[in-house]
Amino acid sequence: MELIIQLGFVAFLLAIGYFFGSAREQSHYKSIIQRQKSMSHLPTRAEKIKDTSPYSEAMLVSGSVVIASDYFKNFVAGIKGFFGGRLTTYETLMDRGRRESILRMKEQALKWGADEILEVRLEMATLDAIGIEMFAYGTAVKKHKV
Amino acid sequence: MILTTIEVVPDKKIVAHFGIVTGSTVRSKHFGRDLFAGLKNIIGGELKAYTELMEETRDEATERMIAQATKLGANAVIGIRFASSDVAPGAAEVFAYGTAVKVE
Repeated sequence: MELIIQLGFVAFLLAIGYFFGSAREQSHYKSIIQRQKSMSHLPTRAEKIKDTSPYSEAMLVSGSVVIASDYFKNFVAGIKGFFGGRLTTYETLMDRGRRESILRMKEQALKWGADEILEVRLEMATLDAIGIEMFAYGTAVKKHKV
Repeated sequence: MILTTIEVVPDKKIVAHFGIVTGSTVRSKHFGRDLFAGLKNIIGGELKAYTELMEETRDEATERMIAQATKLGANAVIGIRFASSDVAPGAAEVFAYGTAVKVE
């Protein structure tokens, strides 16, 4: 009897994790794609810049997000981890977090009036038993007015 | 104080180098912010309280780096990098470093 209750509880958590988790993931992706389109006019570059003469002003910009996996994903990853191979459930989590952090950085840069973001770096940290933090930072620059 | 991740300050000439400056903060990950984090681990998604906590922590590390640079007489820090590490279970260090310089 006790076992049935326990299994029922796990099944309940799995169902909640699955439905809420995937709904939230879908709406997050929708918002990411839409914001990426609306901010695509701001060039964001990762490489070292040799010639900085076109730029007049610089400011450090950053964006970060702490994101957590859901119960269903953790469960699936736990099973898959036993057999090895790709953990697609975590791949989307990393992808969402990273894209979100870049978007937040771009939002900050646009608010300041940036024309470009240079030398962008991506960083991540694991907050144990909580989630992962994705962090993007770079130098927002304004161009000389011609 | 001008902060950049690139090696120069656009449109300004560097007149003096003061070497590397650093700033770091170690913060506990808990903080009474765990109330909803447990729930969020079931449904997934962003943990806003923790995003804010990490932002505050990083700002503090940056402030400390700036304070060090100011003490040296610098007015800009270039080539800034951030890093984070786990010090102990439940504690995270956020670390900022860069080169302190004086520009015209």
